[in-house]
Amino acid sequence: MKWPAMGYARVESLDELWQVLDAAGPEAQILAGGQSLLATLSFRLSEPSGLIDITRIAALRGVSVAGATLRIGSLTRHAELGRDPLVAAHAPILAEAAPLIAHPAIRNRGTIGGSLALADPAAELPACVVALDATIVVASRGGERRVPAADFFQGLFTTDLQPGEIITAVEVPVATPASRQTIVEVTRRSGDYAMAGLAAVLAMRADGTVDAARLVFFGVGSGAEIATGASAALIGAPLTRATIAAAQGALADDLDPPGDLHGGPELKRHLARVITARALDTFLASAEQAA
Amino acid sequence: MNEIVTPKSLGLSREDLPNSYIGRSVPRPNARKLVEGRATYTDDVTLPRLVHAAFLRSPHAHARIVSIDTAAALAVPGVVRVFTGADLAKVCDPWVAVLAHLKGMKSAPQYPLPLERATWQGEAVVAVVAETRAAAEDGVAALAVAFDALPAQVDMETALAPGAVVIHPELGDNLVFTRTAETGNVEAAIAGAHKVVEATFHTGRHTGVTLEPRSIIADYNRADGTLTVHHSTQAPHMMQNVFATQLRMAEGDVRVICKDVGGSYGIKVHVYPDEMAVACMSKIMGRPVKFIADRFEAFGSDIHARDHRIKGRLAVDAEGRFLAFDIDDLTGIGPYSVYPRTSAVEGNQVVNLCGGPYAFDNYRCTTTVVLQNKAPTSQYRAVGHPIATTVTEGLVDLAAEALGIDPVAIRRKNLIRDDAYPCTSPAGMKFEGLSHHASLDKLLEMVPVEKIRADQAEQRKRGVYRGLGFASFIELTNPSPFMYGIGGAKISAQDGCTVRMDPDGSLVALSGVTEQGQGTEAILAQIVAHGVGVPVSKVKVVTGDTQTTPYGGGTWACRGAGIGGEAALQSAIALKEQILEVAGAMLQAQAASLDIVMGEVVDKATGQVRMPLAELGRIVYYRGDTLPKDLARELVQTRHFITKEYPFAFTNGIQASWLEVDVETGMVKLLEHWCVEDCGRVINPMLVDEQVRGGIVQGIGGALYEHCIYNEDGQLLTTTLADYLVPMAAEMPDMHVGHVETPTKESLLGAKGAGEAGTAGAPAAIMNAINDALSPLGARVLAQPFTPDRILRALGTIA
Repeated sequence: MKWPAMGYARVESLDELWQVLDAAGPEAQILAGGQSLLATLSFRLSEPSGLIDITRIAALRGVSVAGATLRIGSLTRHAELGRDPLVAAHAPILAEAAPLIAHPAIRNRGTIGGSLALADPAAELPACVVALDATIVVASRGGERRVPAADFFQGLFTTDLQPGEIITAVEVPVATPASRQTIVEVTRRSGDYAMAGLAAVLAMRADGTVDAARLVFFGVGSGAEIATGASAALIGAPLTRATIAAAQGALADDLDPPGDLHGGPELKRHLARVITARALDTFLASAEQAA
Repeated sequence: MNEIVTPKSLGLSREDLPNSYIGRSVPRPNARKLVEGRATYTDDVTLPRLVHAAFLRSPHAHARIVSIDTAAALAVPGVVRVFTGADLAKVCDPWVAVLAHLKGMKSAPQYPLPLERATWQGEAVVAVVAETRAAAEDGVAALAVAFDALPAQVDMETALAPGAVVIHPELGDNLVFTRTAETGNVEAAIAGAHKVVEATFHTGRHTGVTLEPRSIIADYNRADGTLTVHHSTQAPHMMQNVFATQLRMAEGDVRVICKDVGGSYGIKVHVYPDEMAVACMSKIMGRPVKFIADRFEAFGSDIHARDHRIKGRLAVDAEGRFLAFDIDDLTGIGPYSVYPRTSAVEGNQVVNLCGGPYAFDNYRCTTTVVLQNKAPTSQYRAVGHPIATTVTEGLVDLAAEALGIDPVAIRRKNLIRDDAYPCTSPAGMKFEGLSHHASLDKLLEMVPVEKIRADQAEQRKRGVYRGLGFASFIELTNPSPFMYGIGGAKISAQDGCTVRMDPDGSLVALSGVTEQGQGTEAILAQIVAHGVGVPVSKVKVVTGDTQTTPYGGGTWACRGAGIGGEAALQSAIALKEQILEVAGAMLQAQAASLDIVMGEVVDKATGQVRMPLAELGRIVYYRGDTLPKDLARELVQTRHFITKEYPFAFTNGIQASWLEVDVETGMVKLLEHWCVEDCGRVINPMLVDEQVRGGIVQGIGGALYEHCIYNEDGQLLTTTLADYLVPMAAEMPDMHVGHVETPTKESLLGAKGAGEAGTAGAPAAIMNAINDALSPLGARVLAQPFTPDRILRALGTIA
């Protein structure tokens, strides 16, 4: 199908954005990488009055570290995320996630801000930022506010983003020597949306004791799903196959996945248990080495 | 090798001459234009006064069309006109897709747009024509069509049951066609067998996803009463006849032009109602009308295929010899048989092909073809072959397991002997010459079976489950009129080629077979260059124009090389003879003492150059006054070719798949794949290998990924490339291709088809490999595609 007719404006600064947003009205849509938005236009699933292209706003670009915080500009492309040395050093799960996101052409255009704003339930980055306990920085004409990632996502394609607001950056607490991060997903083909995925971020002492754990699933619910029971099952004891099994067991209460074209809820529950073990097993070796 | 194909019989001096092109991997002359984006696809054609069509498609699997209000659509800026089924029926007769030789077959009349009822979700119901496609879609969005949803017959298993929704009441029931082939005494063989294995297989409904979607421009010119159709099709002459017949025109007033085609796989050899609607609208409006299907509507309106449930039994004696195959096939084909090839051929092929590689005496196979409210199915690459191969090879592995015999050994014991030809299969197929044992031997040279079995045993100790699977197959190619013509369809089994020499010594070959990206034009150029004796760069090939090319059937059923190639070879040889006659007169030499090598007339005995073809051309075309008055100097020859001895040129081969099943996730990782096939004379080894690889990939698609999934209401759920999974490069294994060459004696060229071998055997090889991997766990999968969900269910991991 062809796009409906619509307006287009490209802005160079946030100030200009606020003006154009006011002029364009609520039916206009922000355009960043466009890798999901343009497909919905092609299916005529949405018919915005116009697109406001923010890709030239310099303030939304760049990756930097200040103190214990890694700041990732919202226009950071997935491909940049995958090759940025600061990201690799301070939020390695994001670097690990990047190659799992779709295909190179999409990674070259898609942005982290766009992915978070869309809140696709099968997307990798929302789960990663929730697992990292990141903060989403949003701005509007009225100023800036900071929202914990876990509060930002409110359900299927739904976020805390208000009309007139855009995401400007993601702030991630930098990894410490205690940090353990990994992302594991099961896809039919490389680049597909995950049948089930897990972003796991742990803090482990030298003796292997887990001080903190955030297991966040994607592709198994309406969004980035924090597995609270499974996460809690890991905390306070050294990571062992027994605690991993306990975490797997706790998923029964943590997750209530819907079926999809790949199979029913039971398939998703099963895959969630499998990837929990596969993700956490990668930390076992280091725990044993430390012990 | 054919005795007749010698350098002498070909009229060549030496087989190793530079212009000996048959059997050489010559680069494709059209590859560069394709990769540089300089091809001319139908959508690249623009014409003055062109308008664009878009269709409102039925949102229901089955619904009565209550009313169509076009007022708002007509008010949309850019919209020119709106057409309903009733509007188009005034200029177009309906068609009924049955073949007379498929006894008892029935189907309902089909119109470009339905008159009263929509019978599948995705069926075009109303057409909007506008200045742009976008405006036409705006018009579609503004249409107000009231539907009265009717109960839908979705499940083929209940299509003939009491209480089924009879989709076309005038037909009485949903049965399109049924046929039973029976040879010997199956019941007695089964009763007396040492063992009988039995299983029910499913092949998944899928489709051929062409890179270029279906595309058409119809341009009716009122001034001279002609209809010119630019069409992405495999069969221009067939479509010429269809347009003329249905639109009540003289065939000579219709011209079908088919330039570059971005893949077809059988999808583009059918009559689609939306494309017929485009021709109708052009005739009514006297303007060119373009329709390019988008991916979304392609999934719901391109033909689907392979929606079969097959129950099979194989009886064996104590030594593992096959006694009887007993097969029951059921297929749902949508609400209409597809014109003009029909939708019964796939099931009929299952009857023809089951058990095909093997020697046995007792055979029974029934196909039952039924209507349902889903997209119509019809011929897609390797029609029926992957289904027949799946059930045959699946049963063979079951028998091997039941008897404790190695899968290779049981095949070797039962494959038809290489010295048994000619022979006729229990299903009635005549085989001229196949090479199952030579192919198996060659495969075993390529597949390191012992190493693989050692690795398999080692990996199993570590909880890694790998499997090796085999699948022998036969493939039907070079069809005679026994495929369609005998049933009354105006589908040509013969094909022709005209080769001419121009003044500069270059050649132009016009062929009735067509190019869809697979390299037809490349092999035709090779054959003509070889036959005349010129560098391949001196040959230009023209295909895809009913007004300029000899009448032919186009490209389908692997006939391009075997039929079109032989016509090209014969016309090239005839032209060479004609050139040498003229050269003899000029050089005062016997024609028989001369030869043509790399574009120059030479003395055959010494190789001495006597005259470049350009000089001969100069004299013939510009100084004909200097030649003897009675010398025939037409440097153009046409030959047509049709097979006469055998209804089909069967090919054969065997494939092997080595893969790993992740028994925790149910994912299958393909490690390596092998195929040895015998397509007779190989013209361009690289193109044949890539045909086989591409075919394997589409077979892998059916086995693991591709599936048109409908819900119980008949709604198609897989309408994007995110949901309909085509096989992609990252998941494909290394594929090793080997050849055995048993040329057909029906032609000088000796070529049989190569395009469907990969697709025919790959799904069965993969199924057998998966089941080999799962065998220590007592699990087995028989329903394609073999998804993680199905594998985990077979393992009992999920219920």
